[in-house]
Amino acid sequence: MSQSPQLLEPRLLAAKSGSWRPKPKISNASLRWGLNAAVLVYLVLLYFSVDINWSRVAQGMDRGLAFMGSFLTPDFISRGGEIAIGLRESLTMTFAATVIGILLAIPVGLGAARNIAPTPVYFFCRAIIALSRTFQEIIIAILFVAMFGFGPLAGVVTLAFATIGFMAKLLAEDIEDAQRDPMEAVRATGASWLQWINYAVQPQVMPRLIGLSLYRLDINFRESAVIGIVGAGGIGATLNTSINRYDYDTSAAVLLVIIGIVLMSEYLSGYVRKWTA
Amino acid sequence: MPIKIVNDTPIWQRREPLQQRLIWFGYFLALMLFLLCWKIISDNTIWEFLSDAHIQAASLIGRMIPPDWSITGSLLLPLWDTLNIATVGTALGVLIAFPLAFLAARNTSPHPSLRAFALAIIVSSRSINALIWAILLVTIVGPGLLAGMIAIALRSIGFVGKLLYEAIEEIHPTPVEAVSSTGAGRMQVLAYSVLPQIMPAFAGITVYRWDINIRESTVLGLVGAGGIGLQMNAAINNLAWGQVATVFVLIFATVIFSEWVSAKVRHAVI
Repeated sequence: MSQSPQLLEPRLLAAKSGSWRPKPKISNASLRWGLNAAVLVYLVLLYFSVDINWSRVAQGMDRGLAFMGSFLTPDFISRGGEIAIGLRESLTMTFAATVIGILLAIPVGLGAARNIAPTPVYFFCRAIIALSRTFQEIIIAILFVAMFGFGPLAGVVTLAFATIGFMAKLLAEDIEDAQRDPMEAVRATGASWLQWINYAVQPQVMPRLIGLSLYRLDINFRESAVIGIVGAGGIGATLNTSINRYDYDTSAAVLLVIIGIVLMSEYLSGYVRKWTA
Repeated sequence: MPIKIVNDTPIWQRREPLQQRLIWFGYFLALMLFLLCWKIISDNTIWEFLSDAHIQAASLIGRMIPPDWSITGSLLLPLWDTLNIATVGTALGVLIAFPLAFLAARNTSPHPSLRAFALAIIVSSRSINALIWAILLVTIVGPGLLAGMIAIALRSIGFVGKLLYEAIEEIHPTPVEAVSSTGAGRMQVLAYSVLPQIMPAFAGITVYRWDINIRESTVLGLVGAGGIGLQMNAAINNLAWGQVATVFVLIFATVIFSEWVSAKVRHAVI
């Protein structure tokens, strides 16, 4: 808008002669060409460094088609018992881990909020968050399975640990964005620290906390399908076994069950969020 | 304002009694559900294994320190593979998600049935972790980088598609009207009024997903889909925890690097 008419002139002339072009997305020409060149170099490197066994890929194609076809004929019955047990274990693990994780994440989140925590506590809690967020759930699961043995307990501890980092980070950010006026008002009445948190901070962050908890419940369910692969219980073990046996009809059934539950929880959390907001 | 009278002194309460009791009842139900879940878990757990958990943990950490740096050189090529899985996977996923988002957005979708179809694909892709796709693809296309790339792509479709169609639904309608009033065709309207508005969001979403994909692709090797996870799996199976620790340090560094790149790019475009 602030450009001088002389600069606009060539574009206007081009428009009148019918040869107008939209402006490039990146205005700095050297950066634009630099990025294009970098992409080209990367593609060349990629071509020479990645080797793919195309004949093996071609061999697998009928198996791929068989798998896609099995989505049309999912088999819930013949392994119904295993699916039900795995699902029950996954759901219980998900709920227990989410509850434990959130209960532990609340103090960590309070400690990681710059506006209410003293500096040493702040750095300590931020370190916990960074540790919990860096590694994939599956890596944490391997370590906990090594410590606690096979079974759902390792899964619960894994999911709870991952929940702490996620919830505490978002809770801390929310507390840092909270309005100062209510906090000062409650503090001015001579409230204790706990009363201050309960009456000035909690009402401001509660709706978002509930929404995030439901979202995390959803994530934990999806993750519980994965950590079973390394022996941490849940429906992942059932799924892994069925895929390794090339029993794609059962795999498709398990995947459809997972998709169905995620879809249901998405609708549910939409309702709860409308209701709490 | 809810007030409770105790010994003729009015005391302020935050909520009405009924509301307060309902909230307590809700907490009570949640507690009962939690205890039920805990009972099922506890029944399926062999608690004897737990008695020596602290010894196991101490020995595990003891064997991880110091990390075995001698294998660092042999890990660099797998690390490059991991980066390739994440990058090519993101690119493939974005290529598919981009048209899908236009079908799924309420204001650009050509037909409601196409919209439902696109939304179903997005939800299915979001529900299933890349690792599960990888297990499946390893049995189909064989172990290696390609399985990892396709797994990452399949998982990215839902994520990018969802965020992008939400961005499309939030665009400003005035430029769309302005461009359509010039007599532009359907594709021209999309190209000259919708696309410029979603480009910054699109770049941000893509880089954000790339960052997540780097994390995810580090573990795909556990199921044979290539990358540094293969080396991690081998080290774990050999119980060579010093080597595992080296892999962890490399993964940590890569994740920090990709997070830094993603933060820079998102800062530049938004």
